[in-house]
Amino acid sequence: MRAPWMIEPRTSLPPFMSLVPPLAAVVATVIGGIALLTFLGISPGTALFQLFLAPFSSLFNLSEVLLKATPLLLIAQGLAIGFRAKVWNIGAEGQLIVGAIGGSLLPIFYNDSQNPFMLAGMALIGVLCGMAWAGIAAALRTRFNANEILVTLMLNSLALQLLYYLVGGPLRDPFGFNFPQSAMFPDVAMLPVLSSAGRVNVGLLAAVALSVVAWLFVERSLIGYKLQVGGAAPDAARYAGFKESRAIWISLLVGGAAAGLAGVFEVAGPLGQLQRVVSPGYGFAAIIVAFLGGLNAIGILFAAFFMAVIYVGGDIAQASAGVPYAVISILQGIMLVSYIAARMFVDYRVIFPWSLAKAN
Amino acid sequence: MASVTGQAWAGTDQGKPLLQLDRLSKSFGATRANEDVSLSIHPGEIHAILGENGAGKSTLMKMIYGVLTPSSGRIMWRGQEVAIQSPAVARALGIGMVFQHFSLFETLTVAENISLSVPESAAALAPRIAEFGERFGLPVDPSALVHSLSVGQRQRVELIRCLLQKPSLIIMDEPTSVLPPSGIPPLFDTLRKLAAEGCAILFISHKLDEIRSLCHHATIMRAGKVVGAVDPTRETNETLARLMIGRELPQPTRSPARPGENPAMELRGLSSIPSDPFGVVLHEIDLSLRPGEILGIAGVSGNGQKELASILSGETPLSGAGRDRVLIDGAACGHMNAGQRRAIGLAFVPEERNGRGAVPEMSLVQNTLLTAHPKGLVRRGLISRREAQTLAEQCIAEMNVRCHGAHAEARSLSGGNLQKFIVGREIKLKPKILIAAQPTWGVDVGAAAAIRQELIRLRDSGVALLVISDELEELMEVADRMQVIFRGRLSPSLSRAEANTAMIGNYMTGGFLQQPRGAQQVEAA
Repeated sequence: MRAPWMIEPRTSLPPFMSLVPPLAAVVATVIGGIALLTFLGISPGTALFQLFLAPFSSLFNLSEVLLKATPLLLIAQGLAIGFRAKVWNIGAEGQLIVGAIGGSLLPIFYNDSQNPFMLAGMALIGVLCGMAWAGIAAALRTRFNANEILVTLMLNSLALQLLYYLVGGPLRDPFGFNFPQSAMFPDVAMLPVLSSAGRVNVGLLAAVALSVVAWLFVERSLIGYKLQVGGAAPDAARYAGFKESRAIWISLLVGGAAAGLAGVFEVAGPLGQLQRVVSPGYGFAAIIVAFLGGLNAIGILFAAFFMAVIYVGGDIAQASAGVPYAVISILQGIMLVSYIAARMFVDYRVIFPWSLAKAN
Repeated sequence: MASVTGQAWAGTDQGKPLLQLDRLSKSFGATRANEDVSLSIHPGEIHAILGENGAGKSTLMKMIYGVLTPSSGRIMWRGQEVAIQSPAVARALGIGMVFQHFSLFETLTVAENISLSVPESAAALAPRIAEFGERFGLPVDPSALVHSLSVGQRQRVELIRCLLQKPSLIIMDEPTSVLPPSGIPPLFDTLRKLAAEGCAILFISHKLDEIRSLCHHATIMRAGKVVGAVDPTRETNETLARLMIGRELPQPTRSPARPGENPAMELRGLSSIPSDPFGVVLHEIDLSLRPGEILGIAGVSGNGQKELASILSGETPLSGAGRDRVLIDGAACGHMNAGQRRAIGLAFVPEERNGRGAVPEMSLVQNTLLTAHPKGLVRRGLISRREAQTLAEQCIAEMNVRCHGAHAEARSLSGGNLQKFIVGREIKLKPKILIAAQPTWGVDVGAAAAIRQELIRLRDSGVALLVISDELEELMEVADRMQVIFRGRLSPSLSRAEANTAMIGNYMTGGFLQQPRGAQQVEAA
């Protein structure tokens, strides 16, 4: 069966066209969000305000947006490097959790430490743990050709169960009335906040700095170039002698390192301890952020910010109007689907028979 | 049909034309692939479309077959204006096409493959396939599995599939490029029979001899426009070539080879089973390539050329145990990948340009980095853009690549121009050994002559060259000696004096296999 239309790739695209899909996704998300809340019995004006304007309404709310943008930005920059090489790491959530566990070990076991290098040590261990978790997928892919999408996805569940076990047993606070959480971290294990008005901390600065590094890596480094060739044309990579296994390892390790660091920033930032919940799905949302940003380091800066607005707006709507928390997931879904749809219409031209007849 | 002579494209003197194109144009962005193309074809006419690569032949055929839609102009079919929106519409009108690259499923039989595009069961089709085969000289076994067929037989299957739909016009895209010399006359007999029964044939080619012996009319295209419509039987190769490229065809100059003493590259008893289940198994291949000579590997395509090329280049590295099977300058390198072999002086021009020799969506500057990055284009891990651009611009200037500058995307270039760029880039690596697979495949005659001359110049400067080609004429022109590949086995070496068409043709169908093995090894050494 043939569809009554044809699609044809567009050959030459003006540069501004690459901005159309993310903008279309943002517009669709705003309209979808208002429609959704209206359907739940909230007036459109209130819905618009609560979801998309209230996050900017006070210094505290803005600080919350930046706080939530930090892990999204970090993880998305790491994932984008792998995605450009067409290595699909869906396991940032698990890598974040394992990074958070690793980063918590020092402050839990040296709970009364005053050592100023505590934070650096936590970051290092957390990064290594995230890399190790992602490395499992890399090893299975390069050795047994096991699909990295499935392996990283399943490792998320394993990481979560590992976290539940640890906070319920070995890492539980002995003076915590059996609550499944660790002891509170000492001050040296906490990231300094940037302003007294809110909770946003120096992690944001680190994430922005690492975005610059990611930009340099992708646009200027030979390794970044090799990864991109491997993703765009595997035969050309083989022809040039770029090793596929190296591309897979680098892609997954970079993603794992970024997610692991994000996990440390969560426990050393807003949480201050290891808990059963260390992430409201940042690892998954960052996948959307990476694509919404066009897998481009600068685009991801904006995309992470917008995604954080949705998180905070959803929280505010939930608190003030009692809408279900699932609104956030639905908005993320609308954003991803409309981005993909818009990409299709930008990259391809749809031709209908009647439009042809007119042209002739 | 011999009575149908010149200027038929403009006139209607021979009854009603079957197909008329009226000022057909097609633009891709700013590029005009076809501009005001007009021609007409009558029933029973074999009509050649002749042109260099990038002249717009494929675009024109795709518009007739409904793969592309014209930007402006009219297509008239039996006097009626038609809009051919898809190949299905074209087939319903009675237009069939036999592609250069086949679209058959390897694991199905001939009849099953055909039944996929004809609404009849494989069992019902089998006798009709046999009947058509007999009538038009296309013998093929309907119950044979496609992967067991030779390329020539597969082409017959494609042609029968097309004929079963009772077309009044068949488009054939470079049909002889996949055939051994002995396979061409039977194909031409078939085409003449079809024409005698009233079927019109559009024959795309750049091989001038074939067009002169087969076609009644020739429409010559250059840069998207029709530049001439002639009776090819009254023309010479020289006059046709002049029309096609707009100037005289350059002839390469060559002096006798002065090969060095020690082989630059050797294969010793190389056997290899490909990872692709339908690939060709290579048996006991011995080969020795010396500096300052061009060794040609001839053969009908699909006899192991691809497998051989990817083992030579290092894209398919051998396991550690096979490291002594491939030697460069006497050192074992079978286990090295393409990048490692390039570092010790090997360069390679692959058969596929887009997606293998170059990344389609990357600019020429970025594509320069693909193999030339060790040539001082990277400092402390960071790419030096200015130097990459300088090198890309040098490749463009020296090989006369037609493109919109060094920042043009590789996919925006025509196949021939991209090939010139890739050849230029590989030469810039200053290799000791250059392997080229189908270096002028689909490249226009003018550019092909330039590439061949460049290969001879490299040879004279002491580079060892190995050229794998399906085109015998090309090897006859450039190679100092030739070996023929047949079903994964390599023939003894033939010198220029020994290598005549009859001898090579015999080897191409396995004639060398009857020789005692001892003789083969002596000759190869």
